[in-house]
Amino acid sequence: MSAVLQNLVNQPYKHGFVTDIESYVAPKGLSEETIRLISAKKDEPGWLLNFRLEAFQKWLTMTEPHWQNVKYPKIDFQAISYYAAPKPKNKLASMDEVDPELLRTFEKLGVPMHERAALAGVAVDVIFDSVSVATTYKEKLAEVGIIFCSISEAVHTHPELVRQYLGTVVPVGDNFFAALNSAVFTDGSFCYIPKGVKCPMDLSTYFRINTQDSGQFERTLIIAEEGASVSYLEGCTAPQFDTNQLHAAVVELVALDHADIKYSTVQNWYAGDENGVGGIYNFVTKRGLAKGVSSRISWTQVETGSAITWKYPSCILRGDNSIGEFYSVAVTNHHQQADTGTKMIHIGKNTRSTIISKGISAGKSNSSYRGLVRIAPTAENARNFSQCDSMLVGDQSGAHTFPYIQVRNNSAKVEHEASTSKIGEDQLFYLAQRGIDAEEAVSMIVNGFCKEVFQQLPMEFAVEATKLLSFKLENSVG
Amino acid sequence: MNINQNPIILNVDNLHASIQNTEILKGINLTVRSGEIHAIMGLNGSGKSTFAKVLAGHPDYHVTQGSIQYEQKDLLELSADERAQAGVFLAFQYPIEIPGVANSQFLRLAYNTVQAKRGKEELDPLEFDDFVREKMKLLEMKPDFLDRSVNEGFSGGEKKRNEILQMALLEPKLGILDETDSGLDIDALKIVAKGVNHLHHKDNAIILITHYQRLLDHIVPDFVHVMEAGRIIKTGGKELALELETHGYDWIHNDQKRAAGAST
Repeated sequence: MSAVLQNLVNQPYKHGFVTDIESYVAPKGLSEETIRLISAKKDEPGWLLNFRLEAFQKWLTMTEPHWQNVKYPKIDFQAISYYAAPKPKNKLASMDEVDPELLRTFEKLGVPMHERAALAGVAVDVIFDSVSVATTYKEKLAEVGIIFCSISEAVHTHPELVRQYLGTVVPVGDNFFAALNSAVFTDGSFCYIPKGVKCPMDLSTYFRINTQDSGQFERTLIIAEEGASVSYLEGCTAPQFDTNQLHAAVVELVALDHADIKYSTVQNWYAGDENGVGGIYNFVTKRGLAKGVSSRISWTQVETGSAITWKYPSCILRGDNSIGEFYSVAVTNHHQQADTGTKMIHIGKNTRSTIISKGISAGKSNSSYRGLVRIAPTAENARNFSQCDSMLVGDQSGAHTFPYIQVRNNSAKVEHEASTSKIGEDQLFYLAQRGIDAEEAVSMIVNGFCKEVFQQLPMEFAVEATKLLSFKLENSVG
Repeated sequence: MNINQNPIILNVDNLHASIQNTEILKGINLTVRSGEIHAIMGLNGSGKSTFAKVLAGHPDYHVTQGSIQYEQKDLLELSADERAQAGVFLAFQYPIEIPGVANSQFLRLAYNTVQAKRGKEELDPLEFDDFVREKMKLLEMKPDFLDRSVNEGFSGGEKKRNEILQMALLEPKLGILDETDSGLDIDALKIVAKGVNHLHHKDNAIILITHYQRLLDHIVPDFVHVMEAGRIIKTGGKELALELETHGYDWIHNDQKRAAGAST
């Protein structure tokens, strides 16, 4: 591999930031007692405690899975503290107090001004005087009857909705990490779109996380009633640190008749240093149930961070004519590992699914696409199209594709395309010969490769994601 | 052969270059002055394309001996992108595809990068659109070509026209055309040749690398050089190309033997 490529992929992660959070921390270890403590601290109703205890009992009987194409040292689940009550962050008085390095990162990533303040830990109200953006936002949503709050809040304010849907898409014993999450989750988002309502704006976790931290076992539940639609944005392009190495989130989406849920993620957790030390393990269970007829679940993800990413946002297409979509970009560098993909479970008639996956591996990293397309006997005329493309930067990275296809109905049509390409000296030389330096060239080639996925992101998110990718692969020499 | 006392743009002296420890260029000498067109001919494997890549700064090739002066500066000190910014342009024999990147986006980035380095004005997307469309007329290119991915799914002729369009945008001091005629039908060849002739003027120079005489019917060279085994073995005027066309490359060897015989 040439020196140019070596430099390009060896950009150190130097733009992260850590916010000090004073908190009450529960003693380490997991037991029924810990779970009762969490539930009591959060003043939860009995049914939720039972939900947690049931999950815990299941978890005790399960073993940590090892079929995924990633390697990591054994996790000691008794060495983790499962409850930490967040206290308000130390707010800075103005943007002038923010680390200039961080501001440069925001500049480079094109993070909107109001988000910069919040992400840097500046009190939003200071910046925006009397009118807080978040407040305006919540008022607008309330006008049309949309509930958007933390899941802890929803447990108290809308217990019937949470109880009706929690654990219906990802059951408590679904898998090892989902069971763990169900037992110990501390917070997350709750979103309910009433019948016939088109959410007037993209819902962004930023507006919620701003007021409350969700911790390492995040739980999200989104429900779109009949004819409702929503576009939900998770994460942000700004780098995120966390002292918790293991993150095991669960996201459940439920779409009723003619409802439409679009869920977009940009993930930039700390990935560890260039020698592979540190970094977040991001083990997530995300699943959408297209329950009603002609409903649609669409996942778009841009995965750039974490030491290990292990997630398969999935769609269960139960309603007739329902649609499932998965658009993914996963970038790995240095020693990062990603095993990601999707599951499309076709149950209803005339169900359709599309999978577009783009994996980019640089440095010594490894990226795997793992996907399941299952056509049940009931799924007359089901259609799937899958396209999995991998791009290698340099000659020490790896890309793998594991497609699983199970067809039990012979009226189904399933197509799978895959390709692997390499950013070669020839492409870089061609662009250099037109005056374009290596950094710009790599950015251009990679963003071209991901175009089909970026097109699916909401506009501003797409612009940020484009810059984030360039940034992840940037030359440290600049 | 013109006698030209214009400033020297390129001076190559005893150039030796290798790839993976195999020496391809074995002592090239060449002087190019502004306003001149030089044709370099030769069989496959004679080192023509390697010479073009070495001039453009391809990282796989290593210069082991000799020097290249470009506008009185050491060209070997510059990286490939710096050479391009300084006005060295290579029209590729096999233009590279970049999927997902719109041609307009690529052309504008290249144009603005080079303009900025030369201390000239950059263009915003709308201004650039007008500008590039004007240049495209010269090469009889369809407007939809701007929206397509760079060279992806282009026919041979479209790729070569795209190369000349880039040359038109970047206004090089030294344009090197590596087998731009290969894979072109006669109509496309005429369009490309017309474009090149239009871009050539007294302050720049062009090096044409080709197997065949037919390109030289349309772009008339001041000098023709014949390359063999990494050296220029014969230099003449445009008539040399015609003689090669008529007699084949072996004729040079026989001719040289005759010359050698006569002198003893």
